[in-house]
Amino acid sequence: MSVTTATRAEVCAVACADAWRGDGELLASPFGTVPAIGARLARATFAPELLLTDGEAAFAGGVWAVGEEPPRREGWVPFRAIFELVWRGRRHVMMIPSQLDRHGNANISCIGGEYARPKVQLLGVRGAPGNTVSHPTSYWVPRHSPRVFVERVDMISGVGPAAAAEAGPAATRHMDLRRVVSDLAVLDFGGSGGTLRLVSLHPGTSLEQVQAATGFELEVAGGGEPATSRMPSDEELRLIRDVLDPRGLREQEVPDR
Amino acid sequence: MSNKLMTEGQVVAELRSGMTIGIGGWGSRRKPMSLVRALLRSDLRDLTVVAYGGPDVGLLCAAGKVRRLVYGFVSLDSIALEPHFRAARQAGAIESVEYDEGMLYWGLYAAANRLPFLPTRAGLGSGVMRTNPELRTIVSPYGDGEQLIAMPALRLDAALVHLNRADAAGNAQFLGPDPYFDELFCMAAERAYVSCERVVPAGELTSEGPLQGVRVARWMVRGVVEAPGGAHFTSCAPDYERDERFQRAYVEAAGDAGRWAAFQTRFLAGDEGDYRRAVAAFDSEVHA
Repeated sequence: MSVTTATRAEVCAVACADAWRGDGELLASPFGTVPAIGARLARATFAPELLLTDGEAAFAGGVWAVGEEPPRREGWVPFRAIFELVWRGRRHVMMIPSQLDRHGNANISCIGGEYARPKVQLLGVRGAPGNTVSHPTSYWVPRHSPRVFVERVDMISGVGPAAAAEAGPAATRHMDLRRVVSDLAVLDFGGSGGTLRLVSLHPGTSLEQVQAATGFELEVAGGGEPATSRMPSDEELRLIRDVLDPRGLREQEVPDR
Repeated sequence: MSNKLMTEGQVVAELRSGMTIGIGGWGSRRKPMSLVRALLRSDLRDLTVVAYGGPDVGLLCAAGKVRRLVYGFVSLDSIALEPHFRAARQAGAIESVEYDEGMLYWGLYAAANRLPFLPTRAGLGSGVMRTNPELRTIVSPYGDGEQLIAMPALRLDAALVHLNRADAAGNAQFLGPDPYFDELFCMAAERAYVSCERVVPAGELTSEGPLQGVRVARWMVRGVVEAPGGAHFTSCAPDYERDERFQRAYVEAAGDAGRWAAFQTRFLAGDEGDYRRAVAAFDSEVHA
């Protein structure tokens, strides 16, 4: 183990990779640089059967660097086929929420003001409502802060467990919220009533630091001291540095500290 | 075979204020921009626009053409957020009908098949149900008893799409990676208008790409516009990629009233020929 040499971005990349562990033959849809490295790391190591796309309309084969073209294409997957994968449940997305609340709801639509005239308009809900009630969903938060981790999101885009339960069995039947990886910690949805819960701290961060960067009281998995996120193995570090991100784009998304 | 060739101006002359207009493509990809630019030059207003939105939506919002927007997102892809759409929303200038992007697909598919609605899980439990109070759910009549959203058909008065090739009868072909939802927009509409990079003689659509790429069939189409560069500055692969430099200039100009006025004067004040010449001059700046 190269415990002392891995950067924070590299710890985050393996925490993202682990999100897809055991998923089998489904489409990993990572948003952001570090999740893209994580998904390809998972394919290169413990999850060779994962499906990945070229970011356009093809299933991509092989293992390749972020920001580059894949070595080969193995199938056609236009947007319409993505909806088939989503509704059939054969996809695990990792989205970047602008807000994520205590109740596991995510927002990428708009913030503040009233809905008819928001203070900040973002993308719109995109596919987040359908994703969260259809297939495994994880989140990536490149910068853990109280602006992201809020008590209540302004517009539910990604549906959390309580909101799904309120909508009924059709919304909960295929819901499968997995984990949240931030630059400080790993969280999941195992808190009371399906709320967010701290699972592990990345090496070099403290519970106090994560709590201060979170806009609500954090429950800790197991109730005691939080675990420590795992370090990349030597082989994982070699893959990240030499194969998946030789240009070091990960350090732009998560600067080392 | 009938000849459906028209100009952008003739297409716009068939549209009316208050209509519901669907625009094909996706984000900043293969948008019928020359038709959108013709809309900007028209007197049309109070439009309901249905789109996987990109700069088409932004430009129409900036020109005050949109009363109501039906969308799942508006994005420039390589630049995540669309500045004019944001400004319109933040000013409360447009009515927002926001759906999950799969609901949009389903609404177009329902309209294309003349169904009143299609059931879906997408949207359940989300803010979409709160912000669209007219949305209804339906209980499955079978044993599962699941309560699903009844996504209403998105019927369009007109559809505008841009493909790579077409013949004069309205058969139209995509040559790029993705058909997007263009033929659904056409089928959901009373009248569909196709612009294309090049009109080819009947029967010659197979010379550049497979017949399977002819997703838009002539029975769906009322008018065909030959518009080389008609998707600019969005992508129209393999004819051309997105003009990233131009898109950046668009976004930079959108952030400031004075610069936006200058951008409009330079690029949007004239007809499509003027636009092409202004873009060519813009291109030559870097190559000079």
